Amino acid sequence: MTRVNYPPDQAPVPALKEKAFRLRRHMMRAATGKGQGYIGQGLGVADLLAALYFHELRFDTANPGWPERDRFLLSTGHYSIALWAALAECGVIPPEELDTYGRDGGRLDMSTLDTVPGVEIVGGSLGHGLGQGVGMALGLRMNASAARVFVELSDGELQEGSTWEAAMAASHFRLDSLVALNDCNGIQADGKLVLRIEPVADKWRSFGWAVQEIDGNDMAAVVAALTETRSRSGAPHAIVLRTRPGRGIATLEAREKAHFVRVEDGEWDALTRELEDSHV
Amino acid sequence: MSSTGRTLGMGEIAAAAGRPVVSAPLSQALDALCRQGRDVVALTADLGKYTDILPFAEAFPDRFFNVGMAEQNLICAAAGLAKVGKIAYCTTYGVFATRRAYDFIAIACAHSRANVKIMAALPGLTNGYGATHQAIEDVALMSAIPDLVVIDPCDATEFLQVVHAVADHDGTVYVRMPRGNVPVVFDPDGYRFQIGRATILRRGTDVGVISTGFMTERALDAAGRAGGHGLDVGVLHVPTLKPFDTEAVLEFVQTPARLVIAENHKKSGGLATLVTRALYENGVCKPTRFVGLDDRFFECGSRDYLEEKFGISTEHVLRAVVET
Repeated sequence: MTRVNYPPDQAPVPALKEKAFRLRRHMMRAATGKGQGYIGQGLGVADLLAALYFHELRFDTANPGWPERDRFLLSTGHYSIALWAALAECGVIPPEELDTYGRDGGRLDMSTLDTVPGVEIVGGSLGHGLGQGVGMALGLRMNASAARVFVELSDGELQEGSTWEAAMAASHFRLDSLVALNDCNGIQADGKLVLRIEPVADKWRSFGWAVQEIDGNDMAAVVAALTETRSRSGAPHAIVLRTRPGRGIATLEAREKAHFVRVEDGEWDALTRELEDSHV
Repeated sequence: MSSTGRTLGMGEIAAAAGRPVVSAPLSQALDALCRQGRDVVALTADLGKYTDILPFAEAFPDRFFNVGMAEQNLICAAAGLAKVGKIAYCTTYGVFATRRAYDFIAIACAHSRANVKIMAALPGLTNGYGATHQAIEDVALMSAIPDLVVIDPCDATEFLQVVHAVADHDGTVYVRMPRGNVPVVFDPDGYRFQIGRATILRRGTDVGVISTGFMTERALDAAGRAGGHGLDVGVLHVPTLKPFDTEAVLEFVQTPARLVIAENHKKSGGLATLVTRALYENGVCKPTRFVGLDDRFFECGSRDYLEEKFGISTEHVLRAVVET
């Protein structure tokens, strides 16, 4: 078995920062020349995915279907670029395949299909992740499995009724093996959040969840929050991660907050250099 | 108290005239599956009492989840359970499964070929609560989803077999579920249900009735009575609407001079559409009458009243057979 990710005793923050940098570099490789895409969202959750895939999740890179694996559900299918980067860095998919991202005939689509190894659910239609996470956590508990279920979902998805149906059920069924990773980056399809969703942490809390609110681009904070979710008190866990779209590349961070960022062909090299230069 | 001339109460069960019945066949079949060691779970969305699932819930409390009035989560949770190895049966009314949870059935279930078996009560005009509770277009909606099996069983004999058969099918299934005291029409020792297969129940040279769901019971009754009119009537029962058994239909229609298509559903998007397309594609054209529901919403009322008024009673099938 090739496990890259048993939780080590000590939080390896510097090593995970390096992994996050590598995920960002993979994402730039995937996005380059595609003109546009969800690179902003992907860069924003790079720290979270690095901490998950190289620290918190129990899974077997040689056997992505291992029944005892922790499940990671990417409810925002359009963040697929980040998942492809993580799976490439783990060795589940070959890094050179990242060039096929969003290309006709490839399998690394702009939205996730669960036919790709390491992908748990079909993504794209929002508000589908948390409810399926509830079902998985119920089933794994019946199986007396130690596996946990991590569901990434966005701030925009808090506008979907299905998210709250699932939130209510998770708390009712005392699913403390379920962890909601709520990426709050402040943007949705029409731009800045079009419907007020704050106070996010209080909403989760009022539904009976154990809530932490952190800077989602602070690796030490992400690692500490994930560690905290190992406690099993009956309540499901929610981490509200305040992230910055485009994180890691100042030019993209500064660009108008856009759901679907547009990048000219000539810009990619400079942006990738910017990422490399900021890496010390 | 007689149920004649009034809408039945929510949990009230209509008497099945003149036939033996099986009570709550869903729970009976799920119970048997569990005792065979199948990894079955059942979910409902606050309609446990009305979808025959409570006897199962009492026998296997650890395998039952009531998610409350939340059909989207009913389907999502079932999909999640299926994706960790369970066979997830979920019950609600057909209207709620289809109209409220469509995207979740399509993407969370069918797209992944998840082992979710949707047991949808109150198909078609079986219910007097009006349009909100009458699933008159559910077959059309569900048939439109790729990789989804759609079944409309006739009676208790068939439904008990359906519950077992869908457990062996790797993928998502929508079943129009009979509930309560469900009549026995088919001989349990003689009838065999198979997903995707239609069955010729009787052959006839004058008129061929092609029917699905409980309309097959009416078709058989009408075929028997048509003998009095000097007509030799055959009946083809098509319990699986998707995948559709085109071959059986083409074979059946060779003999009779005229056809009747009968369904407890809108006359578009269901059996009539499937049969006529199959015939047209294969160059077959025969005089055909359609027994089913018009493109409209229906009112509240007793079942007999509604079926007589809106065209799916045995009398309507008989009239179509005689007048074709």
